[in-house]
Formats: sequence, C-alpha cells, structure tokens
Amino acid sequence: MKPLLSAPLLSVRGLGKRFGARVACQDVYFDLWPGEVLGIVGESGSGKTTLLNCLAGRLAPETGSVTYDSAAYGPVDVHELSEARRRLLSRTEWGFVNQDAREGLRMGVSAGANIGERLMAVGARHYGDIRRTASDWLDRVEIERDRLDDRPTTYSGGMRQRLQIARNLVSRPRLVFMDEPTGGLDVSVQARILDLLRSLVGSLHLSAVLVTHDLGVARLLTHRLMVMQGGAVVEDGLTDQVLDDPQHAYTQMLVASILPV
Amino acid sequence: MTENNAKDGAYNYAYLDEQTKRMIRRAILKAVAVPGYQVPFGGREMPLPYGWGTGGIQVTAAIIGRDDTLKVIDQGADDTTNAVSIRRFFANVAEVATTTRTEEATVIQTRHRVPETPLGEGQILVFQVPIPEPLRMLEPRETETRTLHALSEYGVMQVSLYESIARHGRISKGYNYPVMVNGRYIMSPSPIPKFDNPKLDRSPALQLYGAGREKRIYAVPPYTPVKSLDFDDHPFEIETWQQCCELCGSKDSFLDEMIVDDDGKRLFVCSDTDYCERRRTPAEAAE
Repeated sequence: MKPLLSAPLLSVRGLGKRFGARVACQDVYFDLWPGEVLGIVGESGSGKTTLLNCLAGRLAPETGSVTYDSAAYGPVDVHELSEARRRLLSRTEWGFVNQDAREGLRMGVSAGANIGERLMAVGARHYGDIRRTASDWLDRVEIERDRLDDRPTTYSGGMRQRLQIARNLVSRPRLVFMDEPTGGLDVSVQARILDLLRSLVGSLHLSAVLVTHDLGVARLLTHRLMVMQGGAVVEDGLTDQVLDDPQHAYTQMLVASILPV
Repeated sequence: MTENNAKDGAYNYAYLDEQTKRMIRRAILKAVAVPGYQVPFGGREMPLPYGWGTGGIQVTAAIIGRDDTLKVIDQGADDTTNAVSIRRFFANVAEVATTTRTEEATVIQTRHRVPETPLGEGQILVFQVPIPEPLRMLEPRETETRTLHALSEYGVMQVSLYESIARHGRISKGYNYPVMVNGRYIMSPSPIPKFDNPKLDRSPALQLYGAGREKRIYAVPPYTPVKSLDFDDHPFEIETWQQCCELCGSKDSFLDEMIVDDDGKRLFVCSDTDYCERRRTPAEAAE
C-alpha cells in the first residue's frame, strides 16, 4: 500500500488567465491531496469558474501550470498534454459536473445510454453488462430503476443533476470538478444532492474541486476552502477555520452576509 | 445535342476539365491511402441536382477512361431513370462502353446497393453518398466530429446503438449502418441496406465514395477489413426473408417488396435486376 500522503493529486502553481485586459484569475497556488474536497467560494465574477475550467483543461491559462498525478501516466502537466491524452484523461480519471445538467447530459438519449457512454467510450461492448452497471448507478443516485429507459427530458431538475453525477462517476474517476452542482435547485432537493455527494465522495475516496457561492454547501462538503475576490485568492485554509474565524475583510463580509435562519 | 459531345469539342473528355479531374484524383489517392477518412475536395456543379449522384458522377468522371466499361445502378436496378441517365451521360461524354452485367464492368457507379454478383480485382465500385458523416445525427458540429474522428473517440456512435436496443430491443438501423474501416475510422457506407455490409469487408474491388453536396471523398482499398459495429450480446445481423424471389427463386439476394394491384397483392423480387435476369436465363449467362 502507498503511504497515506504520497503526493498531491493536483498541484497548481502560479495559475493566471485573462480575457483581453480583464484579469479572470491570477497567482493561484494550491495542492489537492487524494481524498480531499477543496471548495472555491466567492461572488459572481470572481473567477471561480474560469479557474475550474483551467484546472480541468477546458481553458488554456496564460501563466502557471497544473500538474495532475495520473494513475495511468504518473505526474503530467495538464496543459502540456496532447489533446487526445487530455480528453482521455477527462473521461476516465476525471469527472465534470456542470451547474446546468443539460450541458453535461445527452438530452436526446435515455438515462441508461447517458450513464453507459463513458463505459462504451473506453471499449465496453456488452449491452447487458452496460445496462446492469447503469441500473446499479441509478440505484446509487437514488433514481428508480424503471426510469432507466426514460430520457432526461422527462426528469426533474434534481433527478437530472443526480443522473449527471452518475454519468460522471460510472468510470470511477479519481478527481471530480463540480461547478455549482446544487445551483438553481430548491432547498430540499439541494439537501438531498449534498447528502448524496457527501456519501459518494466518502465511499469512493474521491477528490474534488467544488465551485460554489453558497457557504452552506461549502461547509457541508469541503475540507478546505479558498476564497476568491476579483480573480485573486484572498484567503484559504480549513473550511471550519475559514468560516468560523475569517481573517480577510472580504471573507468576513461573506460570512456575515449569510442570513440567519 | 450532337451524337458525341466529347468529339466535337463542346465538352472536355468526361465532362470535367483536366485540372478538376486531377484535383479529384489527388483526393481519391489520399482517400485510398487513409481508408475511411473523409477527404474534402472542390466539388463542381454537375448537370444534375444534388442528391441525384453529383458526388459519384464526379468520382466516376475523374477515373474513367476510354477502355472502361461502365455499369450504373440505382437501388439495384439498371433500368431506373437515374441509372439510365448517368449511363447515357458517360457514354456520351466519355465514349465508354456500357453494360448491365456486373462482371463485365470495370467501373460500377451505384446508389443504395452493392451488386449481388461478387466483385473481382480490378473493378471499382463508386458510391453516391448523401451524408458522408456517420456522426452527423449525433453531433451536429463539424469541428467536433472531425476531432472525434481524429482522436478515434467513437463512444457516441456506440451510444446510438445502445439507445436503439433500449428502445426497440434490437439495433434497428437497416441502412447506412455504420462500419469501422481498418480498425481506425468509422465510416458511413452510404445508404446501402445493412444486407450489403458484409460485401464491403475485404472486397477485392476498390470502393470509392463521393459526396457531392458535402464535397467529401472517402475510400476502402481492396481487401480492407470493414466491420459493422455491434455489441457482443447483440451481434450484427443482416435482413432475412420468408419468401424467395418471385421471378428467379433466389433465396439469398436482397428482396424488394412490391404491391402489384389495388387489392394490395404483394410480390417479393430481387432488387438487383441484372442478377435476377441472369438467373432466369441461364443459357444466356453460360454464353
């Protein structure tokens, strides 16, 4: 067995991205360790999603590097990889959960086909096996098995989001990027998805980078937190520490702005 | 129109000018070198509408010579309007002999069928292709489909087959059934029935595919493996019929169902007219 803290799974050094003269994010440094969930919080326009897209290889940063410790290839610079490699990595070792499930799902095909796509992309060619795996995953994300052949268009928003999670996790990724996975859902549905994510992260020993503007979500799911403002990381630390004893003025404002219920 | 347009100088030989033919030949050579890869070419306006075989006719024009014997079939038949027109066109502008006999032809331009008579070395089969991109219905972006081909990312094609089984209990695609060429590129075999797919596999004849509207040429060189996509537990199958051909009695050719009177009386006959006729007159065939 490997030592517990062998090497960081994801290692980010001096990452920066601008759009023209606008700075989207700059000077981002962090390490993500196996099994860890890192939250990125901040207001709209603070560069959270741009940073996430740079991490996942969907956007090319101008400065800095993202090093991922791949199970198949060892440590690789995500942005130095060939497109073929990067795409292979992103559908085998990674997952990406979009805020809008429609972007992450194929709306025109059944739930089973959605879950099975990653399996088929890496060579699964047994219909019965694919279907069985897809049903198992529907179970795990708490969708009734008899909805397997229904299209996601017939699903509710919460179910779509859970289907998207299943579709990503079926290939047993090691690292999942999540962009506001509970955004736009009502509170009870949010709670259910958070619950699900928390148990899946634990049972599958997933690492995750989670972007959210909801401090409650961050508190529930993440181990560590980075607070962004205007493209820069203004504070980072253990989630409870950051939320209970915020040091930076902006973080204090964020924490104070949570409505007491 | 005079008797022979090529001779009196009204047109260049085989209708297209020499530069165009060279350009198309270059595309064909590249297509042959990379089996199943869609090579763009500068498609020209042809004297027939898109959808009637403008791609096929340009490929034929680029490869045909005076020594060739041309056969043209449409849905397996030699005597339909499109087949007759294209055959007459080339007889006129390229001064080639034409035939309906499969084994006599050196170039066979076809739409929707592969002849029942096995093809041999030295024969060229030219397909007319309406939609060359097999992933088109699954991924509308051309930039993305090209990337998928380049990276050999074909999960989405399998997804469509999965969906077909989930919905219909079997792979319901009956024509234009996607194939994997030489273990590398997924290719649309043009709208031939899946019945004909096995004939493409390791065929001794050269197969050229021309898509006029989308301006793509692709090819399968002789003896190239062509595999129809399927699942391990839902293997590829071809159509079968209860009946045999009403005219020639063939049990192993592709049958068309025809309604012959107002009472809905139906008849099953070979779609390949040459094959059917030759079976009915064995004496002539032996000549």
